[in-house]
Amino acid sequence: MKNISISLIAVLILAALPTGLSTLGLSGLITNILPYVAIAVFLIGFVFRILLWAKSPVPFRIPTTCGQGKSLPWIKSNPVESPAGYWGVIARMAQEIFLFRSLFRNTDVAIVDGRPVYGSAKWLWFCGLLFHWSLLIIVLRHLRFFVEPIAPWIGALSALDGFFEIGIPTLYLSDAAILVGLTFLFLRRVVVPQVRYISLFTDYFSLLLIAGVVSTGLLMRHFSPADLNAVKTMAMGWVTFSPVVPQGINPVFYIHLCFVFVLLAWFPASKLMHAGGVFLSPTRNLANDSRMRRHINPWNAPVKVHTYEEYEDEFRDKMKASGLPVEKE
Amino acid sequence: MKKNKWGLIILGLVIFIIVITFPFWYGKGKTSPAPTLSLDTPAIAQLKEKRCVEDTSFMRESHMKFLGTWRDGAVREGKRLHTARDGRVFEVSLSGTCLKCHSNKEQFCDRCHNYLGAKPSCFSCHNIPGEVKK
Repeated sequence: MKNISISLIAVLILAALPTGLSTLGLSGLITNILPYVAIAVFLIGFVFRILLWAKSPVPFRIPTTCGQGKSLPWIKSNPVESPAGYWGVIARMAQEIFLFRSLFRNTDVAIVDGRPVYGSAKWLWFCGLLFHWSLLIIVLRHLRFFVEPIAPWIGALSALDGFFEIGIPTLYLSDAAILVGLTFLFLRRVVVPQVRYISLFTDYFSLLLIAGVVSTGLLMRHFSPADLNAVKTMAMGWVTFSPVVPQGINPVFYIHLCFVFVLLAWFPASKLMHAGGVFLSPTRNLANDSRMRRHINPWNAPVKVHTYEEYEDEFRDKMKASGLPVEKE
Repeated sequence: MKKNKWGLIILGLVIFIIVITFPFWYGKGKTSPAPTLSLDTPAIAQLKEKRCVEDTSFMRESHMKFLGTWRDGAVREGKRLHTARDGRVFEVSLSGTCLKCHSNKEQFCDRCHNYLGAKPSCFSCHNIPGEVKK
């Protein structure tokens, strides 16, 4: 409970921050300085973390196969789950990144009649997929505030997302889906005792912070609208490096902004870096070719060896003389 | 894949930075002014007090929700008259009331809607007075 409470308090403090700053007359900090700080920390931090991981040596393949590896021609192999080549690895990574293949293998265990029974558990995979894809679509839709003229594909994506035209303004399906996903991911940590036991501050905080972004966004879209004209003028000011301080935008908007900036700045320092890290998963991005190629550890100390061939060369005459068989005459 | 590891890492990071900075390079850094709304119509010029149904900031932020309640009230409950907060009474009609003053849809409604990518479906049913359907 302690971790949930601290996360909740942290998010609530962040929610109160914009109001506090504007009463101090510092609202220009949020609209003009923090956006650049946040994006710079995000970009530099992200690149730094990736380079740090890239430097870690991975001398050997880690063949955690989920399918038959390539071996003899008459044994049917699975080129995607246990790839031996480049394209197989790309297919496996694509499955992992776009469809969360590993999570699809998630299993559940229950004790039935004193014995553990394993079964499939797809809810985490499903809600995880729902959450991540919705988040991507929502981020892409937001580009309408950052480009002028709006690229046609952004409009097309929004139109598709609001296909059913429920309500005014239209309810976006991704908004509904992300709420479902987030609620599941949060309740899972709270309700399941094992997951609650291993959940830390960072786990709850990530979810609550994103929930804060989503709820303030939905609040502005469906309940207390903000002046979008002023919002876009401000956002265009950022991307053209001529920021303006907007007047009279709904306070909820500043809370939304504050959450987003904290999310951006906190991203590289947190578990959210799995966004970049998934590309560097050694068990997924290395071909299972240990039987085909010899992988030599590059920092092995040089070992002085004396092979049998060399031994035979050295002692061939003596071996022949004493009647020992030799491989080369 | 080990040999070209750094090539792939750099390629990935370059793609990442290009994608993330999309808004910065897409508009080529050109500043685009915010849309200006034209109130220059004959009907507005005749008004003594230039005041919409509600005040400007409310109309800017919430006109879509406001028109939604107009629609629901008129279509579902037959409420054809709206009393504004200051007591003035308006006919609940998009073409007859809103567009009577704002007869310049292209210089008024469309400017913000295009700027923000809002595609209201109002005019797929309602006609625009004076505009020949294309």
